[in-house]
Amino acid sequence: MIGRLIRLCRWLWRITIAGVLLWLRRGKEPLPERELPASPRAEKGVAALLVGAGIAGAAFALLYAFDEANTQLLGVAAAVSLGLLAAALIVASHAIVPQETLSEERPRFADPAAEREAKVEDVALRAREGVDGITRRRLLGAAGGAAALGLGAAAAAPLASLGPRVGERLRESPWRDGRPVVDENSRPVLADDLTVGAFLTAFAEGSDKRDLASSLVVVRVRPEELELPPERADWAPQGLLAFSKICTHAQCAISLFRYPLFAERSPGPALVCPCHYSTFDVLKGGVRIFGPAVRPLPQLPLKIEAGRLLAAGPLSGAVGASWGGVEEGS
Amino acid sequence: MIRRAVRALDQRTGAGSILGKALKYVFPDHWTFLFGEIALYSFVILVGTGIYLTLFFEPSTSQVVYHGSYAPLRGQEISKAYESALDLSFNVRAGLLIRQVHHWAALTFVAAIVVHLMRIFFTGAFRKPRDLNYYIGLTMLMLAVLEGYAGYSLLDDLLSGMGLAIGNAVALSIPFVGGQLGTLIWGGRFPGTEAFMSRLFIAHVLLLPVAIGGLMAVHLAMVATPHHTQFRGRGRKETNVVGTPLWPAYALRSLGLFAAVAAVLFALGGLVQINPIWQWGPYEPYLGTNGAQPDWYLGWLIGALRLMPHFDIVVGSYNVVPNPFWGGVLFPLVVFGFLFAWPSIERRWSGDRAQHNLLDRPRDNPRRSAVGAALFTWVATIFFAGSADRAFVQFGVPYEGQLWAYRAASFLLPVLAYLLVKRMCEALRRSEGHPGEGSAPVVVRPAAPQAAGRASPLIDQRPTAGHQARSPHK
Repeated sequence: MIGRLIRLCRWLWRITIAGVLLWLRRGKEPLPERELPASPRAEKGVAALLVGAGIAGAAFALLYAFDEANTQLLGVAAAVSLGLLAAALIVASHAIVPQETLSEERPRFADPAAEREAKVEDVALRAREGVDGITRRRLLGAAGGAAALGLGAAAAAPLASLGPRVGERLRESPWRDGRPVVDENSRPVLADDLTVGAFLTAFAEGSDKRDLASSLVVVRVRPEELELPPERADWAPQGLLAFSKICTHAQCAISLFRYPLFAERSPGPALVCPCHYSTFDVLKGGVRIFGPAVRPLPQLPLKIEAGRLLAAGPLSGAVGASWGGVEEGS
Repeated sequence: MIRRAVRALDQRTGAGSILGKALKYVFPDHWTFLFGEIALYSFVILVGTGIYLTLFFEPSTSQVVYHGSYAPLRGQEISKAYESALDLSFNVRAGLLIRQVHHWAALTFVAAIVVHLMRIFFTGAFRKPRDLNYYIGLTMLMLAVLEGYAGYSLLDDLLSGMGLAIGNAVALSIPFVGGQLGTLIWGGRFPGTEAFMSRLFIAHVLLLPVAIGGLMAVHLAMVATPHHTQFRGRGRKETNVVGTPLWPAYALRSLGLFAAVAAVLFALGGLVQINPIWQWGPYEPYLGTNGAQPDWYLGWLIGALRLMPHFDIVVGSYNVVPNPFWGGVLFPLVVFGFLFAWPSIERRWSGDRAQHNLLDRPRDNPRRSAVGAALFTWVATIFFAGSADRAFVQFGVPYEGQLWAYRAASFLLPVLAYLLVKRMCEALRRSEGHPGEGSAPVVVRPAAPQAAGRASPLIDQRPTAGHQARSPHK
C-alpha cells in the first residue's frame, strides 16, 4: 500500500518535472543564428582555388589532345581539377556564404493521433464504400483470383522462350566408345607423349572445345600405384587416367595437379580446383578427398590403339556442377 | 535578373512557393550522414562513365583472331567482347582512364552503401517512420551487388568467366528449379549461347541501373518528406529539425563532396591499376587460374562457398540440394532476411512502436548494437575466409588449417563481438563519457531516481523533456 503510494508520488514528481521543463523550454527555440563570415582573404583564396581547378581542367584537355592521352597524367589532371573544385566549394560553404542554423518543424505522420486516425478511418471507409451493395463478394474475389492466376501464367509463359528445354541437355556429352582424344591444337594424344607425373588438357576429337563435357585432364601415374574400383580396373592402361576437367562443385576448370616427388612423406597424386580447392584422388578414380565438392570427378575409360589415346566408353557421371535431380555418386 | 527568372518559372509552373521552401530546406549536420551521399555521387559517376563505355563495348561472344596493340595476345582467338574491352583500354584515348574510374566507382558505390547501412543500423534510423525506406535501401544494396557482378562478368576475360561458372553452378543448385533456371538464363548448358551475353549486357546497362535509379529517387523522396533524422542536442526535438539550410551553405558543401568523390575516383582510376584484363587472357571453360578473386563485395559469398562442409541433401539417388546452394543462396538470404526482419524484431523486443526522429548513439541501445556487431562480425569473418587461397598462394599458410580456423571463428567471433559490444555500450552509458565528442548533447536528469533496473534495456534512459513527453514507453 505504502509502496504503491510512493510509486504514485514518484510518477507525479516525474510528470511535474517534465511539465516544468517543457514550460521552461517553451518558446526557447534556438533562434536562427546568422553570421556573415566573408572576408577579402577567404574570397581571394576561393577564387584562386577555382582558377586552379580551371587550369587543371584545361590541362586534361591538352593532355588528351597532345600527349597521347597518358592514363596517369589524365587521371592526375582530372583529380587535381576536381579536388581544387571540391576545396573551393567547401571553403566557400564555410567561409564565404552566410552561416545560419535554422530550425524547422517536421511534418507529422502520427501526431496528433486523433487527426491522423480520422484520416486513416476516412480512407478505409471510402475504400469499403466502393463495394457497397455487393452480395457475392467471395465469388467475385475467387473469380478475380482465377483471372489473375491465368493472366499471370500467360505473362510468365513467354519467359520459357529464353532457353531450350532442359531435358537431357545438362547430361549431353561427346564421349563414346572409340572417340579419339586430341590436344589443344586438335592433334591426337599419343600415350608415349605423357611421362609419369604429366598433366595434359585434352578434348574429344571434332567437338567444340567450349563444350563443358568435352575437356579432359589426362595424367599419368605408375600403374602399380592405382587403387581403382574393380569395375574400372581396365580404365587406365599403362597408368594413363582421364577425368572431366570441370569441377563438380562450381564448374571451374581443374588446373592444378599435385604429384608427389617424394611419395613416402607427401599426400598422393590429386587434382585440385583453384576456385574453392576441391581435391580429387587420382588413384581411386576421382573421389573427393577435400573441399566443398560432393560428387566425384567423372572419369573417362581409356584405351590405346596404335599408340593413340581413345575413349573406351562414356564418362562415369554428369559433367559440371550438380543440379537438383542429378544422380548422386554418378 | 534572378527575380525575373523566378517570376518566369512561377508564372508557368506555380513552383515559386516550393522553390522558396526548398531553398530553406534544413539538413542536420553530422559526418556520418555523408556515406549515403557518397553512394549517390558514386552512382552518378558510374552512370556517366558507363554511358561512355557502352559507346565502345561490343557485347558479343563471336570469336575473332586478335590483331590489336597488345602483343602477347596477338594471333589468339578471343571474343569480340574481350577484344572491344582491350581496344577500349589500349587504343581509345582516355578509354582506360574511364574504364578504371568506372570500376573504382563500382567498388566505392557498394562500400559506401554498406557503411551507410551500418550507420542506419547502429543509430536506429530504420525505425518508424523510416522502416519502409530502410527496406528500399537494402533492396538497392542487393541490386548493386548484382549489378557489379554483371558488369565485370561482361568482359569475357579469364576471371569474369570463372565468376560466371560459379554463378551458373549456384543457379543450378537451387532445389527443384535450378537445372531449368540455369539453362534458361544461359540459353543452354554453361558457358551458354551468344544470347546470354546480350541478356547480361541489357541487365547491366538498362534493367539493373534503371531499377537502382528508380529506387534511389524514391529513397531520396522518402528521406526528404519526414526530413532527415538528427542526433540529440540543444534545441533538437522529435518534432523539429535543426541544421544548415540548403541554400547556400549546404548546397555548396554537398557539391563539394561530389567533386571530392569524383577527384578521388579519378586519382584512383588514373594511378591505381584495376582489373588489367589483358593479363588474365581470354576465358575458356577449360582454363583456370590459382588465387583468383572476385570484386570485394562478392568475397563473403566466396568465403561461404569455401567454408561450407561438403554435403548435399540427397533423397534416394537424387540430389535435391547441391552444395553451392548453402554458400551461394542460403547464406545471403539469411543475412538479408535478418536485416529485413530487424525493424520488426526490434519493435517486438522493445515494445517501442513510436515514431523516432532523434537518433540513438550506438551505446543508447546496447542490445541492438551488440546484435549488429555480431552480424557484421559474422559476415566479415566469412568474407576474410574468401581470401584463404590468396593467403595460401602468397604466404604459404596451410589452406586446410585456415579453413578450420575460419570455421571456428565464424561461430566464436560473433559471440565475442556481441558480449564485448554490449559491455562497452553499458559501460559508456553508465559513465556518460563522450569519447571524441566536443558538443555533448545536454542531458536533462530529473532529480527523481531513475528506475534503471527495471526498464527494458532497449529503452533510452536519458529522457530529454520533449522525448519523454512523446514516448509511449511504459
